[in-house]
Amino acid sequence: MHPILGTIIQRLLLGLVTLFFVSLIIFSSVEFLPGDFTQAILGQAATEDTVAAFRAELGLDKPAYIRYFDWIGAVAQGDLGYSFSGRSASGVDRSRAVVDLVAPRLGNTLFLAGMAAIVSVPLALVLGITAALYRNSFYDRSVNAVTLTTISFPEFFLAYLLILFFASLWPVFPSLANVNAETELIDRIYKCILPALTLTLVIVAHMMRMTRAAIINLLASPYIEMSQLKGLSKAKVIMRHALPNAWAPIATVIAFNLAYLVVGVVVVEVVFVYPGIGQLMVDAVTTRDIPVVQACALIFATTYILLNLTADIIGIVTNPRLLHPR
Amino acid sequence: MTDTPQAYSAAAEIGQIRERRTWIQIAKIELKKAPYSAWFGLIVIATYLFVAIFAPLLAPHGEAEIFPASFAPWGGDFVFGTDQIGRDIFSRLIYGARNTIGIALATTLLSFAIGGSLGLIAAISGGWLDQLLSRFVDVLMAIPGLIFALMLLTIFGSSILSLIMIIAVLDSTRVFRLTRSVSVSVVVMDYVEAAKLRGEKLGWIMRREILPNIMPPLIAEFGLRFSFVFLTIAALSFLGLGIQPPTADWGSMVRDNASMIQFAKYDLTAALTPMIPAGAIALLTVAVNFVVDWFLHITSGLNDEH
Repeated sequence: MHPILGTIIQRLLLGLVTLFFVSLIIFSSVEFLPGDFTQAILGQAATEDTVAAFRAELGLDKPAYIRYFDWIGAVAQGDLGYSFSGRSASGVDRSRAVVDLVAPRLGNTLFLAGMAAIVSVPLALVLGITAALYRNSFYDRSVNAVTLTTISFPEFFLAYLLILFFASLWPVFPSLANVNAETELIDRIYKCILPALTLTLVIVAHMMRMTRAAIINLLASPYIEMSQLKGLSKAKVIMRHALPNAWAPIATVIAFNLAYLVVGVVVVEVVFVYPGIGQLMVDAVTTRDIPVVQACALIFATTYILLNLTADIIGIVTNPRLLHPR
Repeated sequence: MTDTPQAYSAAAEIGQIRERRTWIQIAKIELKKAPYSAWFGLIVIATYLFVAIFAPLLAPHGEAEIFPASFAPWGGDFVFGTDQIGRDIFSRLIYGARNTIGIALATTLLSFAIGGSLGLIAAISGGWLDQLLSRFVDVLMAIPGLIFALMLLTIFGSSILSLIMIIAVLDSTRVFRLTRSVSVSVVVMDYVEAAKLRGEKLGWIMRREILPNIMPPLIAEFGLRFSFVFLTIAALSFLGLGIQPPTADWGSMVRDNASMIQFAKYDLTAALTPMIPAGAIALLTVAVNFVVDWFLHITSGLNDEH
């Protein structure tokens, strides 16, 4: 077997093990709830029967490890359980399936994140590579200073700055991104411009700095100096000698920052009242709706782990030096 | 015949006791050479600390004192106006410095206590304990921090104590990684070996042999972790899940007054009201980053190539 295949399979297995432990942590969060939480959800007037029925629905009469396998089995089949809200003391159950709550919002979040990614990835790469090439020039210094400041800003500060300038003082874009299933694509893009721009500013700063560092690292290596001393043109040095080896670090940078996007989306969705999964999670945390929180946490964590895993694997596949470990 | 003694003697110079600079003298020398960005950072941090410590003396009104005028304009008795239930924004900003910075500082200290000591123990003892702790930290770090914090806050509720504990534990994973990775190279040094053979206890080796040698990266990390924790707490408060009212806090102040931005065309000062606490957060993180940059520059002797 090719050694690289072994490494990749090893990484994939490691990712699976991580996913298993993460799901275990997310599942066990319900274990730490106080014993009378069923009473708290159903209300003071709940009869013993309703409480007992609710406990049986949650499976609290079974041991924890059986409940874990029941839960993870259901999740694998796309059943995330039922929300805690909409329950009443009389036993009438108006709760909604978590899948129905999550699914449309997940689509919205992916749309927003995708929009930010499409703009920011090429922009960051161009900025990063050019800043590395013209190192210590005025251009490099100013790009560096701007990105260092945007990194230090909290996301909501950037978001409100954009709202102040582009929605309030000079009203060209809407400050509320209230999309629904019927919104046309053009209208949807128009409404998402400010939230996507906020995410772009944050991501571009991180990605540009990491790309710049990776390229500078590469340009310092002896074989690049050799090709320069040979008298090759600057374009040729970059295109033929530097770039092939730069793909691995750049791919890692992109995947790492898309994973960062997963977290950044929560605050931005709340600022722009965008109906995405981040806002759903924040609402669920406020009302202590555990099944919804668990589902959202699982989705966020899985995306994060998968993106990091992709970065790892791309790094292995494109870097010949990793093929021959010492 | 008088023989004039030699004015210079090499032996005398070598034999001379060399005066050691105290760290205050070193700090003075370094400060003279410090760039403007570092000076700016230091001055900002000092101002924030001063405001945080003397908050009750500086604030014109009480932290949660309610006046009959809600959404009062700037100027007059209320420098930055009042908020939606008539609390003086300027006073709440001043008290907010105390609460926000204090809580972030306590969290960072706790996370260094946990992560630092576990990292040192893992590096010194090695073997299965090291493996166990490192793998456990790997799993914790596989979940994005903010999401994990949100989940834990659902379970334990948002009180200041649970906020500090949750973020400190989550953040200590990064401190653990750094402490472990910088101290594994120190642990194998001969002087640590000598101390072990001398029969010194684990605590003594940690404190006296290893810690002084890994201090610079840890101090720089402290600054970075502080600004990260500070931003996380601000984000959680902004989401309404962090520091709870009536405690004044910058993140929740932005949230409470955010709707005033839409009046920018009619009254710019009203629209700027929610931007002040947000800007205060941003300014402090920028300042800390500048100082950390400068500190790393001195201690590592690195040129700013990367």
